Amino acid sequence: MKYLNEFRNGEIARAMAREIHQAATRPWKIMEVCGGQTHSIIKNGIDQMLPAGLEMVHGPGCPVCVTPLELIDKALAIAAQPGVIFCSFGDMLRVPGTDSDLFQIKGRGGDVRVVYSPLDAVDLAVKNPDKQVVFFGVGFETTAPANAMSVHLAKRRGLTNFSLLVSHVLVPPAIDAILSAPGNKIDAFLAAGHVCSVMGYWEYPPLVEKFGVPIVVTGFEPLDLLDGIRRAVLQLESGRHEVENAYSRVVTRDGNRAAQKLLAEVFEVTDRAWRGIGVIPQSGWRLNKDYRDYDAELRFHITGIHTEESPLCHAGEVLRGAIKPAECPAFGKECTPRHPLGATMVSSEGACAAYYNYGRFLSAEELASAGSGLTGVANV
Amino acid sequence: MSETRKTGTPDFSNWSCPLPLADYPTIVMGHGGGGKLGNELVEHLFLPAFRNPALENLGDAAVLELSAGKIAMSTDSFVVQPLFFPGGNIGELAVNGTVNDLAVSGAEPKFLSASFILEEGFPLAQLAAIVQSMAAAAATAGVKIVTGDTKVVERGHGDGCYINTAGIGLLRQGISVGPHRAQPGDVVLVSGTIGDHGMAIMSVREGLEFESQIRSDCASLDGMIAAVLELAGDAVHAMRDPTRGGLASTLNEIALSSNVGVAIDETRLPIRPEVQSACELLGLDPVYVANEGKAVFFVSPEAADRVLEVLRRHPLGRDAARIGQVTTDHKRMLVARTAMGSNRVIPTQIGEQLPRIC
Repeated sequence: MKYLNEFRNGEIARAMAREIHQAATRPWKIMEVCGGQTHSIIKNGIDQMLPAGLEMVHGPGCPVCVTPLELIDKALAIAAQPGVIFCSFGDMLRVPGTDSDLFQIKGRGGDVRVVYSPLDAVDLAVKNPDKQVVFFGVGFETTAPANAMSVHLAKRRGLTNFSLLVSHVLVPPAIDAILSAPGNKIDAFLAAGHVCSVMGYWEYPPLVEKFGVPIVVTGFEPLDLLDGIRRAVLQLESGRHEVENAYSRVVTRDGNRAAQKLLAEVFEVTDRAWRGIGVIPQSGWRLNKDYRDYDAELRFHITGIHTEESPLCHAGEVLRGAIKPAECPAFGKECTPRHPLGATMVSSEGACAAYYNYGRFLSAEELASAGSGLTGVANV
Repeated sequence: MSETRKTGTPDFSNWSCPLPLADYPTIVMGHGGGGKLGNELVEHLFLPAFRNPALENLGDAAVLELSAGKIAMSTDSFVVQPLFFPGGNIGELAVNGTVNDLAVSGAEPKFLSASFILEEGFPLAQLAAIVQSMAAAAATAGVKIVTGDTKVVERGHGDGCYINTAGIGLLRQGISVGPHRAQPGDVVLVSGTIGDHGMAIMSVREGLEFESQIRSDCASLDGMIAAVLELAGDAVHAMRDPTRGGLASTLNEIALSSNVGVAIDETRLPIRPEVQSACELLGLDPVYVANEGKAVFFVSPEAADRVLEVLRRHPLGRDAARIGQVTTDHKRMLVARTAMGSNRVIPTQIGEQLPRIC
């Protein structure tokens, strides 16, 4: 497949890994911000290909994982109301709220629907004028343009039965917060390629200057990731700190101007609480005054929410990169994808789910020798 | 039938005896009431389509004759939406699903029952198309539909049409396959491309349109399996049709039942480019996507090449591939070698795969 298989070539990957081994003379910690990248690293075993001292630290870039518990509880309360069609991306359905999740609400008769685009939710609002259609608009800058488009269209069509439950978060303030945190040990960042495809990378030079860390805009396929890591290592080894674009087939400096214009029309920057991390100033978007009528939080006035996180869950430390998922005492025991204690075990972008789903309950040695039965296959 | 598949709108015109039923263009409660309407449905729809001596008695039970030997029995219910999808419909699925469960158990499928739960208001034309597909699928598989039942539920209490089939087959002589019989050293073969059925269904569900149409692989595996067993006899230790939960679930089940490890090479999995693209787009892993016309074989290493050859000569096995081996390492686990040369465990999926946010 064009632009896919080319970036999954094992031979080139091994050559790039050798180059990284040769370049790295010291231990380095590199954080990939995006959960999609975490997923790809673990699925493809990229971390197994790196030199021993080079550690990939998994960042907070899983939109499902950082959506505050309070907002999830609000979503559950809205979805349970009669006369509401509650639309969400599939990822959110199993994320645990305080007492329940959207799957259970659906099972009890709530009209919860998985859609692939917020515009499908707008269509549902047109077709069901007697229902209130709510779309759960979570995500980073990547999903924001489509969510912005949904309210833009709803307003233009004069729809009064569509609203957005918004919890948008932004990458650059999160990087700033991580680097500013006391005891921070991150030496370099891989910036999320898809976020940059929308926003460009003009926001990063000030961060590079302020903290003296390299930031490499990186894609998601194995070769993309290895190239991003290689460039970060080369910068670190030569004492440079620059913004580099290793995903130029998709990302330009300016990004998607049309999308940015729409975002500015619909959203305004606000402080946002990140689940497991806390409030990061100016780190999210909410609907601005022109679009406030479409804010589901205001339309439904949900009150009396008392949130309670599982005391066993260490998702916050995982999201901050302080521990690896397998280091959490509950990992694979009390907490599995079947009985998740935190959102990081649910989403396919969550670091805990990536570790569990790709078998990181085996030791590195067990995993390395696991394919020994395949010797015969290679000769077919 | 090909028209039906293309447009999704069944063709009522070539149905055997439309006149009496055409008075009622949709299912009404009376069709399940045991009265005249129900009888008409049997007489003018089910009987002409499925006709065979055992069914024709229309008794409370079909009386069957089987030669001596062991009997295999299986049942399955079908609730697929949409009822008509590219490459098949619920009727074909209901026949082939039970036929395949018998075939992978080492049995020769013989007789089926068919029970319909219909929703009030369901178009008779669609029921006729479904029944015709069932008759055609049964003829292809060499099974007879010998008994059945119809119930009607009120509008809003069903999804148009649900079908349950149960089947009886005669265990083939000299064959003893089972999910617990895979042995270290066994070679794992798959009879063709994976994920076709699941992605065909996904592609036609509301809101999803792909440029190239993905067709379900729904088919009766009995002929292909018979050919393999004829050639390889007891060299085949385990067989399964990887339906719900896909290839990954099937291989995990066998690893668990046989207390062995299964290692596969991801780069050897046969996957259609359009299925791969659709999976990438939706964030799904094709190893978890359902198949309805594929079989997985665990065979002793000496027989592997011969079985692969037989599979590839069969029309349903053209894309058959050798994908892995059974090992004494990582017992009860499925491990895949990735294109990068690293390894990953592929666990059993918890529920359905959920499309991801971005």
